[in-house]
Amino acid sequence: MEAAGISTVIVTPMPYFAEALGAARAVGVAFPFGHPLGHAGDRDEQMKVIGDALRVLREAPGPGTVEHLPYEWPDFERWKTEWQPAEPSPIVALLRERMRAQAQERRGDPTA
Amino acid sequence: MPVDSFRWLPGAIAAYYRGLPLQKVEPIPWTPLAKPVERCRFALVTTAGLYMKDRDAPFDLDGERRNPFWGDPTYRVVPRDARQEQIGVAHLHINPTDLLADMNVALPVQRFLELEAAGRIGSLAPSHYSFMGYQPSNSEWEKRYGPEVAGRMKEEGVDAAFLTPT
Repeated sequence: MEAAGISTVIVTPMPYFAEALGAARAVGVAFPFGHPLGHAGDRDEQMKVIGDALRVLREAPGPGTVEHLPYEWPDFERWKTEWQPAEPSPIVALLRERMRAQAQERRGDPTA
Repeated sequence: MPVDSFRWLPGAIAAYYRGLPLQKVEPIPWTPLAKPVERCRFALVTTAGLYMKDRDAPFDLDGERRNPFWGDPTYRVVPRDARQEQIGVAHLHINPTDLLADMNVALPVQRFLELEAAGRIGSLAPSHYSFMGYQPSNSEWEKRYGPEVAGRMKEEGVDAAFLTPT
């Protein structure tokens, strides 16, 4: 998009990738996946993140500007699973099944 | 304090992501902001798998179930006047509950309409774009859908894009 003449700013829970791959402008948030702007129904929190992203859009001195935002997400332990889907995704289910099969093979389990 | 990008992931998945060989894009593509934010037209882009239930098909989740190494690379348009009850979520890798309650968590259409009304941005474009973020291969995004979306934005006079990968 930058190459097409559109300025961009990214709000991401994984600023590591913005830094490693090279994003034009980004802000990192310590929010769980699926919640880049914060909690549902929390207008003030959403506006704070948007305001910070627009500030970075306006003030970034050059490409590769990544700022880590200070906002916290309470109840971390619960949300470590809460953000995940109720059913494991197909790839996670498949890889788990493969690991289980390999572990059984290593044990020489004849039912493997 | 820096944001820990891996804090939400189970250990094995975090280790996998940390170990990915990554090639930095050099030089990083860059378009300086053409005008003050208060005069820019914005488009929003998310990868949260949102779609308009009453108008569009959801992302192809059955295809992903048949082949877990594939994710639907297409996109859906969400208009600026989308109402919450029109929004569906088709994404097998996140819990959709909060997005179904408040799309602004990932696609902040209503927040940007408020910014527009307050004069803090120039305007919000007519169209916004939703992808489904599980993409084992990014090639269709890079070759086809990314440029297509950028072209649609140019047609609508967009100056700046606000992106929320999830």
